[in-house]
Amino acid sequence: MKPFATTAVAATLAAGAALASETAPGDVVFDEYGAVEVSLTGAAGDPQRGAEIITARSKGNCIACHEVTALKDAPFHGEVGPILDGAGSRWTEAELRGLVANSKMTFDGTVMPAFYKTTGFIRPGDAYTGKAAPADLPPILTAQEIEDVVAYLATLKDE
Amino acid sequence: MALATSTKIALGLALAGGVAAGTTAWADEDDILVINGETEIITKTDAPAHVEGLDTIRSGWTFRTVETQSLQMDDFDNPAMIFVDQGIDSWNAADGAAGKSCADCHEDPESMTGLRTKLPKWNEAAGEVWTMEMYINACRTERMEAEPWGWKSQPMLNMTALIGNQSRGLPMAVEIDGPAQATWEQGKEMYYTRYGQLELSCANCHEDNYDNYIRADHLSQGQTNGFPVYRLKQANLIAAHNRFKGCIRDTRAETYSEGSPEFVALELYVASRGNGLSVETPAVRN
Ligand code: HEC
Ligand code: HEC
Repeated sequence: MKPFATTAVAATLAAGAALASETAPGDVVFDEYGAVEVSLTGAAGDPQRGAEIITARSKGNCIACHEVTALKDAPFHGEVGPILDGAGSRWTEAELRGLVANSKMTFDGTVMPAFYKTTGFIRPGDAYTGKAAPADLPPILTAQEIEDVVAYLATLKDE
Repeated sequence: MALATSTKIALGLALAGGVAAGTTAWADEDDILVINGETEIITKTDAPAHVEGLDTIRSGWTFRTVETQSLQMDDFDNPAMIFVDQGIDSWNAADGAAGKSCADCHEDPESMTGLRTKLPKWNEAAGEVWTMEMYINACRTERMEAEPWGWKSQPMLNMTALIGNQSRGLPMAVEIDGPAQATWEQGKEMYYTRYGQLELSCANCHEDNYDNYIRADHLSQGQTNGFPVYRLKQANLIAAHNRFKGCIRDTRAETYSEGSPEFVALELYVASRGNGLSVETPAVRN
């Protein structure tokens, strides 16, 4: 088995089952500062797609809490979290991956949700239906979507 | 309980609302809400001692735009008053096998003045904490021999708005000790529980982040002194439990249902966080 899935394969299976080469949510290795060194898919992230995920309500909806000047075309940026301009200068790719996968490993007790986590919740629901979650609750973002978001964040350099 | 002493009057805000029409203008958080030019509303005051995370409590009214705020300043502009009027109709209408109306036992709705400030409260006979809906349904089933109203049904919303409205201007004062204490503790526990896949508690949004925007929403302290509130988005009254349900659902959690013991406990705790704010029922929110 080749260790790296190709982007095309990842796209076909996007919403579905984890690829063999993908790191499952429970297997992600965080270092002591919350960074995740190894790509979750082995495939390069697509920053363009990452930007879409960051603004889409049904995906990352990151701008619910964060302002991103470069994404000001999308309406309504929140102010619960810090402005993400320059995040790619402040953090390494591994740190960004850790922050998006599970920011609680970096900031203890933060209000920021974990986007690549499937267990340990209190009354988890089935997305926004208010109903109980299915037994195999998927993470909010897929492994490739995490990589796409990380790729976008890495482009947010200080001037 | 001392009333706020600012001399700023409703008219000033109404004018500001006119000038700012179409934009999102915010009133100063110290502006005073006076309804119909006579009922002064405490929209900001010291937090009760049992609220650890806040120094000052503020009504949801202080977080809304000038336009939304102005709708609540005069009953002719308040779109919820039509439901209060419908509530008066059902107050006077006989229903059920006993052939009785609310008025037969309670005379005028004014006889309910002050009740809203105490609810939810311990019901000795039932041995549990009751909300207004539970008192209303006990009258319907036991004394009128009528069908209970659904928690979200229009007659229930109208009746809770009518009864709540009788206490408008009076400060919230629910009891948190005595026999209600265990229920209050349960509600408090829920308030700080980080529910759902987003792992967010009521406190994360309404204590840690009030005044911040979350996407397009200006987060308030999530107070219940205006309930049932008229939501412009829904063009109807909504009950506190309905709001709780929406907020928990938005954390990607499995919600509780309206009228559940959990939401009764949460309602008592949240109401206690607003002790000292005036009842605004029916408030107007976006
Ligand atoms: C519910 C609010 C919320 C959401 C949704 C959210 N965040 Fe955050 N985020 C925060 C907060 C608050 C912090 C600051 C950490 C702390 O002190 O708790 C933070 C911190 C960060 C940081 C580090 C801040 C810096 O630049 O120094 C990054 C990067 C980040 N978030 C990215 C994201 C991305 C990408 C998403 C969506 C996939 C997202 N956030 C969704 C609240 C949120
Ligand atoms: C993800 C953020 C979030 C969480 C978590 C949350 N809420 Fe809310 N809540 C909102 C938003 C947004 C509104 C609408 C704006 C406002 O009034 O704050 C709101 C409104 C309310 C209101 C209406 C206030 C008014 O004056 O009309 C109440 C009451 C309320 N929330 C209670 C709760 C309770 C109780 C919980 C926990 C079970 C909770 N909320 C959890 C976001 C949240």
